[in-house]
Amino acid sequence: MFVRLSAAIAALSILGSAVLAQGAKPTDPQIAHIAYTAGVIDITAAKQAIEKAGNKDVKAFAQGMVRDHEAVNKQALDLVKKLNVTPEDNDTSKTLSKQAADKLAELAKLKGAEYDKAYVANEVAYHKAVNGALETQLIPSASNAELKSLLQTGLKIFQGHQQHAEQVAAKLK
Amino acid sequence: MRPGCYLPVMAALLFGAIEVPAHAATIQITTTDLVFAPAEVSVKVGDTIEWINKDVFVHTATARNGDFDVMMPAKKTVTSVLTKAGTVEYYCRYHPNMKAVLTIAP
Repeated sequence: MFVRLSAAIAALSILGSAVLAQGAKPTDPQIAHIAYTAGVIDITAAKQAIEKAGNKDVKAFAQGMVRDHEAVNKQALDLVKKLNVTPEDNDTSKTLSKQAADKLAELAKLKGAEYDKAYVANEVAYHKAVNGALETQLIPSASNAELKSLLQTGLKIFQGHQQHAEQVAAKLK
Repeated sequence: MRPGCYLPVMAALLFGAIEVPAHAATIQITTTDLVFAPAEVSVKVGDTIEWINKDVFVHTATARNGDFDVMMPAKKTVTSVLTKAGTVEYYCRYHPNMKAVLTIAP
């Protein structure tokens, strides 16, 4: 429990402070980059889980993450193309990628039920962090209406993912 | 249009109205932004459901009692015929917080 809570807090504070650190609110090209990066991170984690997970619910959950996040990211790519916007790398995206790479390496060392639990716990924490950032930072900062709407759809599906991850986590106990 | 012209129309409507209960109906259920709508539908055995997925996500309409399990590809419409009566709660296996109810009369 302590590990899970601290992971959630760490994820939240990193995402929150990284966005806040920029002072000014993120621009649309930065928001697009952050949202896309957040999706890629979850897809990468899910692909590792599809390889490593032993529990069939965990594997099915991971397959769902790949399916949904790829669908959202495809929408995001179509939108930036349509709006003629080039996603812009930024400190938040960099911090997210760095943290995710560390987490991936950490999870890679685990095996069996231990891995399953750690992956799902991280999915709960990660979605919680991303949803918090979407709600309080990214959606309010987005100026383009279509980008805002896509982020809102994203928030809705990621809230579902968080609940789904919590259900899977509860069953693993 | 003269009043007389309405007669055949009326007749067609009336006969049509009489015939409808004998025929199976087609009912549309859509998924938009991860919600089944309408959430509660009353239908009959033999009716066809048109499952219209407006989302970019793949969904399923899966009966809790195992009566049906329909795959709903993204941005596609699929149909299924109801074969068993009952009040059936169904959900999306991929997004378990999507839930709805079909009341299927014999």
